[in-house]
Amino acid sequence: MFKREKLEEIAANEECWKQTTLPKWLSTRPERKPVFKNTSEFEIKRVYTPLDVADFDYMRDLGFPGEYPFTRGVHATMYRGRLWTMRQFSGFGTAEQTNRRFKYLLKEGETGLSIAFDYPTIMGYDSDHPMARGEVGKCGVAVSSLKDMEVLFDGIPLDKVTTSMTINGPAAMLLAMYIAVGDKQGVPREQLGGTTQNDMLKEFFAQKLCIFPPKPSVKLVTDIIEYCARNLPRWNPISISGYHIREAGANAVQELAFTLYDGITYVESTLERGLKVDDFAPRLSFFFAAHNDFFEEIAKFRAARRLWAKIMRERFHAKNPRSMWMRMHVQTSGCTLTAQQPLNNVIRVTIQALAAVLGGTQSLHTNSFDEALALPSELAVRIALRTQQIIAHESGVANTVDPLAGSYYVEALTNEMEEKAMEYIQKIDDMGGVYAAIEKGFFQHEIARSSYKYQREIDSKERIIVGVNEYTVEEGEMETIPILKIDPKVEEEQIARLQKLKRERDNRKVKEVLEKLHYSAEKNENLMPVIIEAVKAYATLGEICDVLRAVYGEYKELIVI
Amino acid sequence: MRSLEQLAQGVVNGDKRSIARAITLIENNGEDAQKLVSLLYPYTGKAHIVGITGPGGSGKSTLIEKLISELRRRGKTVGVLATDPSSPFTGGAFLGDRIRMQKFATDEEVFIRSMATRNVPGGIAKATKDAVNVLDAAGKDVIIVETVGAGQAEVDIIKVAHTVVVVFAPGLGDEIQAIKAGIMEIADIFVLNKADLENANRAVTDLKASLELNAQEKAWKPPVLKTVALTGEGIEQLVNEIFEHKAFLEKGEGASKRRKWVETELVEAIKQKVADLIVDDLKKRKVFNELVEKVMNRQVDPYSAASKIVAETLLSAKKD
Amino acid sequence: MSSERKIRVLIAKPGLDSHDRGAKIVARALRDAGMEVIYTGLRQTPEQIVETVLQEDVDVLGLSILSGAHMALFPRIMELMKKKGLNDVLVFAGGIIPEEDVPQLKKIGIKEIFGPGTPLQTIIDFVRNNAPRKA
Repeated sequence: MFKREKLEEIAANEECWKQTTLPKWLSTRPERKPVFKNTSEFEIKRVYTPLDVADFDYMRDLGFPGEYPFTRGVHATMYRGRLWTMRQFSGFGTAEQTNRRFKYLLKEGETGLSIAFDYPTIMGYDSDHPMARGEVGKCGVAVSSLKDMEVLFDGIPLDKVTTSMTINGPAAMLLAMYIAVGDKQGVPREQLGGTTQNDMLKEFFAQKLCIFPPKPSVKLVTDIIEYCARNLPRWNPISISGYHIREAGANAVQELAFTLYDGITYVESTLERGLKVDDFAPRLSFFFAAHNDFFEEIAKFRAARRLWAKIMRERFHAKNPRSMWMRMHVQTSGCTLTAQQPLNNVIRVTIQALAAVLGGTQSLHTNSFDEALALPSELAVRIALRTQQIIAHESGVANTVDPLAGSYYVEALTNEMEEKAMEYIQKIDDMGGVYAAIEKGFFQHEIARSSYKYQREIDSKERIIVGVNEYTVEEGEMETIPILKIDPKVEEEQIARLQKLKRERDNRKVKEVLEKLHYSAEKNENLMPVIIEAVKAYATLGEICDVLRAVYGEYKELIVI
Repeated sequence: MRSLEQLAQGVVNGDKRSIARAITLIENNGEDAQKLVSLLYPYTGKAHIVGITGPGGSGKSTLIEKLISELRRRGKTVGVLATDPSSPFTGGAFLGDRIRMQKFATDEEVFIRSMATRNVPGGIAKATKDAVNVLDAAGKDVIIVETVGAGQAEVDIIKVAHTVVVVFAPGLGDEIQAIKAGIMEIADIFVLNKADLENANRAVTDLKASLELNAQEKAWKPPVLKTVALTGEGIEQLVNEIFEHKAFLEKGEGASKRRKWVETELVEAIKQKVADLIVDDLKKRKVFNELVEKVMNRQVDPYSAASKIVAETLLSAKKD
Repeated sequence: MSSERKIRVLIAKPGLDSHDRGAKIVARALRDAGMEVIYTGLRQTPEQIVETVLQEDVDVLGLSILSGAHMALFPRIMELMKKKGLNDVLVFAGGIIPEEDVPQLKKIGIKEIFGPGTPLQTIIDFVRNNAPRKA
């Protein structure tokens, strides 16, 4: 794209600049650090020029939005046609309380729902299980049966909203409940739109919410992908996630590489079922974090799109362009938010959200400023939503597609991100794939290494966190903010509800369908249909998961610090 | 503040707090440690000690978890000592082995203890042996000692076991070279774990071939077993072999092996005692540093110096 | 020849909370500071934790929790510690624990709570200076 003579001219001039103008500045104003690096440990240069993207080829490297390699965006018009979905992850207490929060957010302008479930639900325990004690409704909404799901969506028509469910181990059960609610509302299944996170691989080395061992877990994931490919054309069966990998301590390029590799593994496992890649790939979706280093994150998102497109076309021979689209949801990074001077977090979230938008995300969750203290209060989540709305309507950044394209820095960084991520992908290939790497502790080791490094940088003040290791204030001077409290009565109420449910349902039918499930699981069939049957009979989440625990066993993690 | 006698009694009664405190005492190796072992020794000698070693990634911890399950199923009480290396630089250690065994944390008949090697040469073997004595005196039927088969310390630790089980897994690279030669020779049972992996049969063949090459005439031919620890496959057979080996040790050539151990233990104890006494005395008389200087300056070699000292000590002892 | 006395620390994750980034970093830091650190892994019941404290004869117990279930789980743990006569063990906690819960937790015997943003050296020094000297 650049003429050779022009590049040579620039190179010569850069040399000159280095000899003349630059030294004067360096001598009177030495740079703040000897070396500047981003989290991926790429060295950041003082100034970027066309020389840094010397063999840049617009059509090969960027192309036009909506066309291969999709670097500039998966849709031709991006936000000019439709803004990203403003989808705030929410949930706490009982289904009623969360239903109210959903309605509040929809009223305030969010354009998609996203459910946060409590720990017992996530781990496949009912609210009355001994392990659930003290945990019911604390980090998300408690859903132990279809009854709770019905209350959760009371007054919310499923043909008018799309819902993302952050659920992994018991994803099949929660999806089944959602389908059952849709059936009850009279919504045709083909119209149900939303996402189940359903990404078990990252659980094994990042989020750690595993119920069953790796192979059966991935089997369940694939059941859902297969079922949705055949029955729920508008549903994203999986949200291949990097967010949790990042939050566990990985850096940006690790987040990117490990997520893509998980994606590769899921494609392979679905192909093994006999489906053709173009049958299911268009509905695979992704989920990334938006962290602090603004340009690093933007480069990551752009590299992600280009890489996935290449992988789908070259490694898996996809023909349908939609199979090559990397559609992503982004959440601003929770672990970067501080308990000290919490209002500062509004600024952090704004910068992170802006990075996600300039990176071309399809959907965005912005964290609330009280993230490090509690679940979002109404005020805090409103401000988080407003952050997105102000970016969308007041800043102008949504008025053109991929505005940063052509920036020497951003393109160089995107290239480097792609290159380094590919190195990791090759390494994992050489190791024998994801399962081998997990057993060897490869991901866990990389994550532990990066997270310890990050902490040491903060402790040594090599990395400044405003309000934490610099610009601190006395406790007395810190702002006080309203904190959301979960009423401990929630647990009692849930338990009472469960007991009532178990009394009033047809227990014979429940027993029958659970036996059917056991049999089906032993025969290695796709379990979605029988799980739907089970939830409709009001078998509880715990009861269904216990059947599978008996068949698949439970999982114990490999520890690497 | 309990007396040592009370502590020992607690151990013999199976009181867990006493057992825990006793092991701490032993790890810290003060004067009391030896006294405690003396008090407990009459109650030892009943437990069967199983050493489990193998390279990282072989799935040892999962295997041990299944072993404990099977032993419990057979009504046996179990003690576990899981050892991990201390950092030579910081002296600290990360003891993560019990994670896989945590479901037994609340089983009254299972006692699990993590021990760091603490960088004292020969120290961990002694500490492990004495911790085994504690668990033995407390009445545990089977005591499992777990190490990573990486260094000399691990070879020393494993020698405390009656039955040494070496665990491999396919695809760990040069797994056979990865184990110190010393361990290969004292192994009584070989286990190829993760036997459901593709290259498992090849790994078994390789191992058997290597054993053939190094075969000596032994009364007990170490079997090569296949297990899949994750599912529990092969565990019953492994436990059977362990008890087979126990039976073997109780008669004929096996019994002489036990005798050899005790001989070694006794000799080691004497050596240690004598060395401590003499060196302490030398240091007290401030002669020790002088001696070190002489050896450093090559005025005398260490062996001659030692001979001279021992001779002098014996002579003065005779006079007294 | 006496072995150098080591501070033995148990780092535990009670309840269903699966966020272990902090627990692992603290475990590593304490190890690098020369202590022997035992880590329980995730999803431990109060019974499992206290039994582990007892068997491992640790000097210090560090509890990590970010799920909001601390007011249900910590009292149960401290009650069991008392019952088993483990009163001389130093107990500290970390994670997401609101300021207003701290006084109550200190009352039941948790010596210090280290929230997000605490420098590792602060925790190391605290453990070194407060670990009980057992006879």
